[in-house]
Amino acid sequence: MTSSETAERPVVQMTGISIEFPGVKALDQVDFRLFPGEVHALMGENGAGKSTLIKALTGVYGIDAGEILVDGEPHQFSGPGEAQSAGIATVYQEVNLCENLTVAENIMLGHEPRRLGAIDWRATRREAARHLATMGLDIDPASSLGAHSIAVQQLVAISRAMVVDAKVLILDEPTSSLDADEVAQLFAVVRRLRDEGVAILFVSHFIEQVYEISDRMTVLRNGGLVGEYTTAETDRLQLVSTMIGRSMEVLEDLHVSTAHTVAVEEGSTPYLQAVGLGRKGSVQPFDLDVYSGEVVGLAGLLGSGRTEVARLLAGADRADSGDTRINGVPVRLRNPRAAIGSGIAFSSEDRKAEGVVGDLTVRENIVLGLQAGRGWMRRLPARQVDEIVDKYVAALGIRPANPRALLRNLSGGNQQKVLLARWLATAPELLILDEPTRGIDVGAKAEIQKLVAELAERGMAVVFISAELEEVLRLSHRIAVMRDRDKVAEVVNTDDVRVDDVVELIASGGKH
Amino acid sequence: MREITRHALFWPVVALVALLAANTIYRPDFLGVTILNGHLFGAPVDILRNAAPLMLVALGMTLVIATRGIDLSVGAVVAIAGALSLSFIATSPNPGSVSTVLLAIAIALGVSLVLGVWNGFLVSVVGIQPIIATLILMTAGRGIAMLITEGQITTVTSPAFKTLGSGFWLGVPVATLVAGSVFVLVALLVRRTALGMLVESVGINPAASRLAGVKARTIVWTVFALSGLFSGLAGLILASNVMAADANNAGLFIELDAILAVVIGGTSLQGGKFSLSGTFVGVLIITTLTLTVTIVGISPLVTPLFKALVVIAVTLLQSPRIRESFAARARRRAARPEEVSV
Repeated sequence: MTSSETAERPVVQMTGISIEFPGVKALDQVDFRLFPGEVHALMGENGAGKSTLIKALTGVYGIDAGEILVDGEPHQFSGPGEAQSAGIATVYQEVNLCENLTVAENIMLGHEPRRLGAIDWRATRREAARHLATMGLDIDPASSLGAHSIAVQQLVAISRAMVVDAKVLILDEPTSSLDADEVAQLFAVVRRLRDEGVAILFVSHFIEQVYEISDRMTVLRNGGLVGEYTTAETDRLQLVSTMIGRSMEVLEDLHVSTAHTVAVEEGSTPYLQAVGLGRKGSVQPFDLDVYSGEVVGLAGLLGSGRTEVARLLAGADRADSGDTRINGVPVRLRNPRAAIGSGIAFSSEDRKAEGVVGDLTVRENIVLGLQAGRGWMRRLPARQVDEIVDKYVAALGIRPANPRALLRNLSGGNQQKVLLARWLATAPELLILDEPTRGIDVGAKAEIQKLVAELAERGMAVVFISAELEEVLRLSHRIAVMRDRDKVAEVVNTDDVRVDDVVELIASGGKH
Repeated sequence: MREITRHALFWPVVALVALLAANTIYRPDFLGVTILNGHLFGAPVDILRNAAPLMLVALGMTLVIATRGIDLSVGAVVAIAGALSLSFIATSPNPGSVSTVLLAIAIALGVSLVLGVWNGFLVSVVGIQPIIATLILMTAGRGIAMLITEGQITTVTSPAFKTLGSGFWLGVPVATLVAGSVFVLVALLVRRTALGMLVESVGINPAASRLAGVKARTIVWTVFALSGLFSGLAGLILASNVMAADANNAGLFIELDAILAVVIGGTSLQGGKFSLSGTFVGVLIITTLTLTVTIVGISPLVTPLFKALVVIAVTLLQSPRIRESFAARARRRAARPEEVSV
C-alpha cells in the first residue's frame, strides 16, 4: 500500500464482521477496507463469503457482530435502498433490470425528472442519454432493453447505479457472460469511474481480469479473512494458493492425466450418433458421434449454437430434422425424460433456472433424477438414498456435508456439484455438461475437470461445453467447433492442437 | 424455546389457542365435552365435525397449490356431488337401503374424480392457467348441478345416507372419522411415496424438474384429480348433513375458505413446500372462527370480516420479514445488557 493511500480515509471500513446462518458461519470476524479511486478485487472460492460480505455491506443481511463505517460514520443499512441513498450501488451477477422497459426507463427508474407531478419523458430520455454518454455507450435510450446484448445490459445496469452519484460501486461477477471485447468495454468504463474517484469493489472468478483491472485484493476463505494484498506485488500462483488454502496438487495432477489417447476402437459403433439433427431457428442440421469412453468438446463463442446442440442431444428441445441413434438404434428423444431413459444426462448451463431446486434439500436434489425415473409410486428406500447421497457428498466434496441443508443455502460451486451428483446417480451412459465450471472457484473447477476425465476413463461418453477453450482442449479427445449456429469443423485433439488453432477455426469458420 | 417459536406451525397454533381461549372466556364451558346417549357432545366436537368438509377440500387444495396451481371449482364439485347423490337416492325405489346409498356415493365420487381429471387435463395437457381452467368448472359446475336437480332443492329421507353427515360411530361423528382417515391416507400417500417430493419439486422449479425427468404432467394431473375426488366427498358430507341438494348454495365460497386454510397453514401460493398439518390447523382456525361468531352473537353476515382479520394476523406473523424484525429486536434486547457491562 502506498503512503498516499494510508493518509486517505477509506470510504468503507468494515471491522470484525460476523454473520451466522442456521448451521453455517458465513462470515467470521472479517475486516475490509475500500478507498476512493481504487478498484478492489474481492477474491475467494465459492462459499468463501464474498457474496455474504457484499450483502452485509448493502444491508441485505443484518450483521451479528462488527461495525461498518461509511465515510467514517457508523452505518447499519436495513436494505439495498438505504445503502444506495448513502452512495453504495450494486450491480449483480444476473442483470437486475426490466427487459421489457426501455433503456431510459431502466436507467432512470425511480429517479425520473418530473414536471407538474408527472414524469417528464423527454427529460428522462435526455438524462439517460447523458449517463450513457459518460459510459461511452452509444445506444438509443428509447430502445427496449431486451433488444440489447447482455454486455450492453450490464453497462446499462452500471449507468443505472451511477445515476445516484455512487461513491462506491459494487460489481458482482460482471464479466461472467461477456466476451473479450465486451470485457474491454466494461473495463474502460470501470477505469473512467475509478479515475473520477469512485471506489469500485470487483468480484470475479477470472484471475486474469482481476490482475488487469484491480489495484488491491482482499482474499476470503471459508468465511474468514486471509489477507489484503497489493495486486502488483502478488503473483498468480501465490494468489490461487491463498484462495484455496492448499497446494496446487489437484491442478497439477490433472495435467498428467490428460493424455489425449482416444479409447475408441476402430469400426465400433458410437454410443450416440446424431445424423442431420437440427431445429429451425436454433441450430443448423449437424452430424455428431460420441463414443463411450470419449470426451467430445464443443468449442465456440457465446451464442454459437453450443448450448443448442446439447439441448437437442438431451431432448430438452425437440429436433425438427434428422435422427438420433443410440448404439446404432434410432430413438426419438421427445423430452428430457425420454433421453434420461436412453441413458443421457444433461446438466444445463443455467444452473439457477434449470438445475437447482432451491427449497429442496441437498439429499432430495441428488436423488431427484433417479426418483423421477422411477415415478412417484416407487419411492427409493431411505437406506438406498442415504447410501447414494453419502457416496456423492464424499466423492464430490460437497460442502457443507449436510444432506439436510436446503440447496439454495449452498454456494454456486457446491450447487453445481450437487447437480452433477444428481446426474451421476442416474448412472448415465452419456453425460452432457453445458458450462459446468462457469462461475465456480478454482478448486471446484479443477475437481470437476478431474471428475470428467475419470468418468471418461471408466467408459462414460461425455459431451463437454465450456467458454474457456483451454479447458475444452485439456479435457477433450475430439472437439467440434461451432460458429453462428452451425457445426463448422471437427478436430481430433492431439498434443499439437493449441488454443490458437481452435480460435482460428472459429474465426475462419473451418474454411482455409 | 427459540426452536419452538421458529416452527412453521407456531403462530397458527397460537392463533387457534387464542381463539379457543377467547371462546372459553365468553362461555366457560366451551371446551367441555359430555357424553349424551353414547355420543360425544360439545363445542370441540362440533368444530371437528363442521371442519370435515373443509378439511377434505383443503387437503386437495394444498396439493394443487403446492404445484403452483389453484382449484376454484371445488365449490361447484361439492354442489354436483350433493345433487347427484341425493337425486339418485330420491328417484330410487328404495331410498333407505344401504346398497342404494353406497351406489349413490360411488356415482358421486366417480363423477367428482372425472371432474378433477378434466381440470387436470385443461391445466397439464392444454396448458391453460389453473385459475382460468378451474374457473370454467366453477361457473359451469353450478349449472350442471342445477340440471341434475332440475332447479329444485331436492330433499330426501334416507337414514343410511344421513349417517355420513350426522351419524356417530363409537361416539365420534362419522364425518370427522371420514375426513380424519382421508387426512391420514393422504399424509401417507405424499410422504411414503415420492409424490410429496415430486409435487414440491414441480412447484419450486418446473423447468429444472422437467430436465430432471419428472413427469410434471402426471403429477399436476394427479393432484387435480385428487382435489376433485376430495371435493366430491366433502359434497356428500354436506348434502347428508342437511339432506337437501341446493345447487346454488352447497359449498358456496368453500374454495375461498380452503385457500385461506392452506395459506394460514404456511403453504405458499407460489407453490413448492407444503404442510398438511399446517392446513389441518388452518381448517380448525377457520371452523372455530365461524362457530365463535355464532356463539358471541355477531351477525353471520360479518363472519367474512373476522376471517379476514385472522388471516391477516396469521400470515403477517408467518412472513419471514416480520419474523426477522422480531428476531432482530429480540437480539438487540439481549445484546444491550452486555454492552452495559463492558
